[in-house]
Amino acid sequence: MMLTGKWLDIGPTTQIEPGTARTLPVAGGEEIAVFHTMRGEFYALVNKCPHKAGPLSQGIVHGDTVSCPLHNWRISLRTGEAQGDDKGCTPTIPLKVDGGRLFLLRDAVMAGVVA
Amino acid sequence: MNAATGFHGATQMKERLVVIGNGMAGCRAVEEVLARDPDRFAVTIFGAEPRVNYNRIMLSPVLAGEKTFDEIVINGPDWYAGNGVTLVSGDPVVAIDTLTRTVTARSGHVEPYDKLLIATGSDPFIIPVPGNSLPGVVTFRDLDDVDKMLSAAEQGGDAVVIGGGLLGLEAAHGLSLRGMKVTVVHLMPTLMERQLDEAAGWLLRQELERRGQTILTGANTKAILEADGRVAGVELEDGTRLHADIVVMAVGIRPATALAKAAGLAVERGILVDDHMVTSDPNVLAVGECVQHRGACYGLVAPLWDMCRSLAGYLTDAPQGYEGSATSTKLKVSGIDLFSAGDFSGGDGAQDIVMRDAARGVYKRVVLRDNKVVGAVLYGDTADGNWYFDLLKKGEDVSPIREALIFGQAFASGGALSDPNAAVAALPDDAEICGCNGVSKGQVVGCINAGAHSLDAVRSQCKASASCGSCTGLVEKLLAITLGGEVESGPKPMCKCTSFTHDDVRRNVVDKGLKAIPQVMQELHWTTPDGCSSCRPALNYYLLCAWPGEYVDDQQSRFVNERLHANIQKDGTYSVVPRMWGGLTNPRELRAIADVVEKYNAPMVKVTGGQRLDIFGIRKEDLPAVWADLNAAGMVSGHAYGKSLRTVKTCVGSEWCRFGTQDSTGLGVKIERMTWGSWMPHKFKIAVSGCPRNCAEATIKDFGVVCVDSGYELHIGGNGGIHVRATDLLTKVATEEEAMTMCAAFIQLYREDAHYLERTAPWVERKGVDWVRAQLLDDPDAVGRLARRFHYSQRFSQDDPWAARAAGERRDLHAHLAEVRPLQLENA
Ligand code: SRM
Ligand SMILES: Cc1cc2nc3c(=O)[nH]c(=O)nc-3n(C[C@H](O)[C@H](O)[C@H](O)COP(=O)(O)OP(=O)(O)OC[C@H]3O[C@@H](n4cnc5c(N)ncnc54)[C@H](O)[C@@H]3O)c2cc1C
Ligand code: SF4
Ligand code: FES
Repeated sequence: MMLTGKWLDIGPTTQIEPGTARTLPVAGGEEIAVFHTMRGEFYALVNKCPHKAGPLSQGIVHGDTVSCPLHNWRISLRTGEAQGDDKGCTPTIPLKVDGGRLFLLRDAVMAGVVA
Repeated sequence: MNAATGFHGATQMKERLVVIGNGMAGCRAVEEVLARDPDRFAVTIFGAEPRVNYNRIMLSPVLAGEKTFDEIVINGPDWYAGNGVTLVSGDPVVAIDTLTRTVTARSGHVEPYDKLLIATGSDPFIIPVPGNSLPGVVTFRDLDDVDKMLSAAEQGGDAVVIGGGLLGLEAAHGLSLRGMKVTVVHLMPTLMERQLDEAAGWLLRQELERRGQTILTGANTKAILEADGRVAGVELEDGTRLHADIVVMAVGIRPATALAKAAGLAVERGILVDDHMVTSDPNVLAVGECVQHRGACYGLVAPLWDMCRSLAGYLTDAPQGYEGSATSTKLKVSGIDLFSAGDFSGGDGAQDIVMRDAARGVYKRVVLRDNKVVGAVLYGDTADGNWYFDLLKKGEDVSPIREALIFGQAFASGGALSDPNAAVAALPDDAEICGCNGVSKGQVVGCINAGAHSLDAVRSQCKASASCGSCTGLVEKLLAITLGGEVESGPKPMCKCTSFTHDDVRRNVVDKGLKAIPQVMQELHWTTPDGCSSCRPALNYYLLCAWPGEYVDDQQSRFVNERLHANIQKDGTYSVVPRMWGGLTNPRELRAIADVVEKYNAPMVKVTGGQRLDIFGIRKEDLPAVWADLNAAGMVSGHAYGKSLRTVKTCVGSEWCRFGTQDSTGLGVKIERMTWGSWMPHKFKIAVSGCPRNCAEATIKDFGVVCVDSGYELHIGGNGGIHVRATDLLTKVATEEEAMTMCAAFIQLYREDAHYLERTAPWVERKGVDWVRAQLLDDPDAVGRLARRFHYSQRFSQDDPWAARAAGERRDLHAHLAEVRPLQLENA
């Protein structure tokens, strides 16, 4: 993995099947979930539900939301906000796709890391 | 100055405009400039292609044999001559010098400029796999590519098109019309996934398959294969090998920015331009697919026209500015009507209006956000595409016409629309409501007035909306208008995506031979594009049950526990419960479990209420290794996570117990061996007790056996849990074989009839014990038939899901993408 520059290269888009997510642990920081929607979009969020920290990466992906596997809160992949009547927000990590590879904004990935 | 450059009588007073790229944007920009001020610039256009400007999008009809090249030329030689435009064709520009304001072509030709316009378009993306540059691997961008495809097609044979987007499908269509056998290999699960949702993508796929193309989705290309120095086939990631005489790579495009980058212009994905198409150098402008404007790069022509207008305005001192474009797409494959525009990914605050007409093969979906149209997907009937696109571009509030929106412009603008029902009320009595059964508005209203006060009653009495159901919305409105608030609701629909009940859906799946989730949704006019988290798992189960061995399970429709074959816990770890047949175990199994607990530091092991051991706190990455260790000791998945057979509890029975009447342990093991792995509407538990003292609690199980001296009492429909329900006695049989057959038959009856997420207890109460008895006992052959169907479906479900995962299947579900180690990074 490339660790220099503003963007972290986390590998090819083909690693994540549409409709699923995969995880990226950050030593000393928060684990990140990288989502691939059925519509072919990619999003990255901290892998923690705002409710009781359920692993969002394991939820059912629907449109651009994910249903948390623990108590079924629906979290927007775009904004990290809980949908409907539930209140709470998971931090999102800026992501870009370039030449078939995924890049995460380095500063956001490192946000939780205590130096 | 280079002497070869002629100015066609232009005076040196004119500003020199040099254009790089003789394509759609470059030439249109020049046309726009000339239209505003024909005398201002001396224009020179460089084109890499050795020909005049043509309509690139019509290459598809040329390939398909519907047009010739001459017919798609936009500007012939006389246009250049007549407008004093110098064309340098077949000689690409290789360098830009912004200091001396010159460009240099490959031939060495140097041309000075006052204003430079870059319109280099895009390059086809070539996937980085072995063999990608072999002869016979072509892209689809210009006339040379078409010529290569045409000469390959003359020999006939097999073509593989990599990429199921717009370009790929148009290439596939052309090659197929030219007589080649075509296979489309597409990475995503849905064709044209950037333009189509799953439902429309599925309809498109059906039609292309009907036309003889092979469509492989979710297929990742691993390598292009070679024989005798040229392409011979394609190998996919899953090992499939496809023979190919030609391979067309149509996986996407990338803005052609190399020249601009080398000249030091600001470039991200595309060449950065402002609202007047000016790059980071004030004398250099850019238009077309090579640019990035306000973060967006485009791959369609409509935005280019807008860009060219604002560029020309700027160059002729009448700047107007470009604000970005909304785009719409049509697929140019004859006989297929398909339209898509805007954003239809749904989500956050978006609302879908969906209409399906299975009889006509029509699917329409309009997406609203804040009462404005933000996207539309139309398949089979695209007449209103431009109207929706217009509403989208104008950002009009559509709430006044919302109810009628999906029926199209003619209908929506039909009446006084402040009342959602007004459009329907305004229809004349002879207006046709139900196309399938030819029922008019007058007839429906008459039928309602005669006492049909519910949708179901209307359906059964006058047949309106009883077939394809696309007019259900209309009939419901007529009910509301005619009856006011007195509409009776019928049986509850399956979920809010459909008006069909669970029973309707199950019946239709079998009667109509529906074999895929999108097909059910289309035929039964789902009102959402791809269902919800409540209907998808249900449909997946109904199809699995109806078509054993044929239907391919849809993993994305399953809850995490059934996807990972383990139970998720509150801290995100998993619990692992291996099967212990009938509650029996042995030192080898116990040792394997003990080893796993130690090796993976499992914080807890517990004896469950289901007579087996549960290992807690396993991380998803470790699951395959844990399963491999358990498999090695002969243990398989206990399905403690599934809507499936869970456990068969037993007691010690006649082998040891002083009261035991039969071998309850042995029978329990046999029953578990017969039933494990089966998917059910809900979880299913069995127990066998050796005498009426009932130590295995058989009378609160879905199927319970209580052994007695003279044989076996078979009980059904019991439940512990929230509402305790004791079983009903189904019947008594004399032998183990009869008990097993009745067990299989009962399970199959439940599998084929119950609603998804309905356990046997509520199911037996709903249907009545007498009904269940009648199904199983009235016809002497019924039990045999049901049991045979059960055994047949078990042939496909009795393989241990753990073993496959332990062997490496779906590694991606368990492994992390990578790991970020910031401390190393800081030191680097
Ligand atoms: C592990 C276990 C408790 C134990 O430590 O003994 C257990 C644990 C859970 N039970 Fe249970 N049930 C366990 C035996 C039972 C029993 C006893 C039995 O099977 O004889 C019952 C009552 C009998 C019955 O089902 O009729 C039982 C009635 C329930 C219910 C209520 C079902 C109902 O119809 O009302 C639920 C909730 C549900 O399924 O919706 C439930 C759900 C659960 C879940 C799946 C809750 C969840 O969704 O996460 C628990 C998951 C455990 C895990 O992660 O491994 N569990 N559960 C038992 C596992 C048995 C096994 O080996 O597979
Ligand atoms: C088969 C096909 C079907 C399509 N169908 C549709 C459709 O249905 N609807 C739609 O909206 N769009 C469609 N498109 C996309 C559309 O054609 C493009 O959006 C449009 O052509 C882009 O215009 P452009 O001028 O930016 O690029 P181009 O038209 O590609 O023009 C760029 C030109 O610059 C030349 N060039 C590049 N580098 C240099 C250099 N260094 N020196 C000199 N010349 C150079 C290239 O050779 C090319 O001729 C289709 C495209 C293809 C290939
Ligand atoms: S109570 Fe009955 S079934 Fe249970 S162990 Fe004793 S004899 Fe066997
Ligand atoms: S932790 Fe996500 S819904 Fe409770």
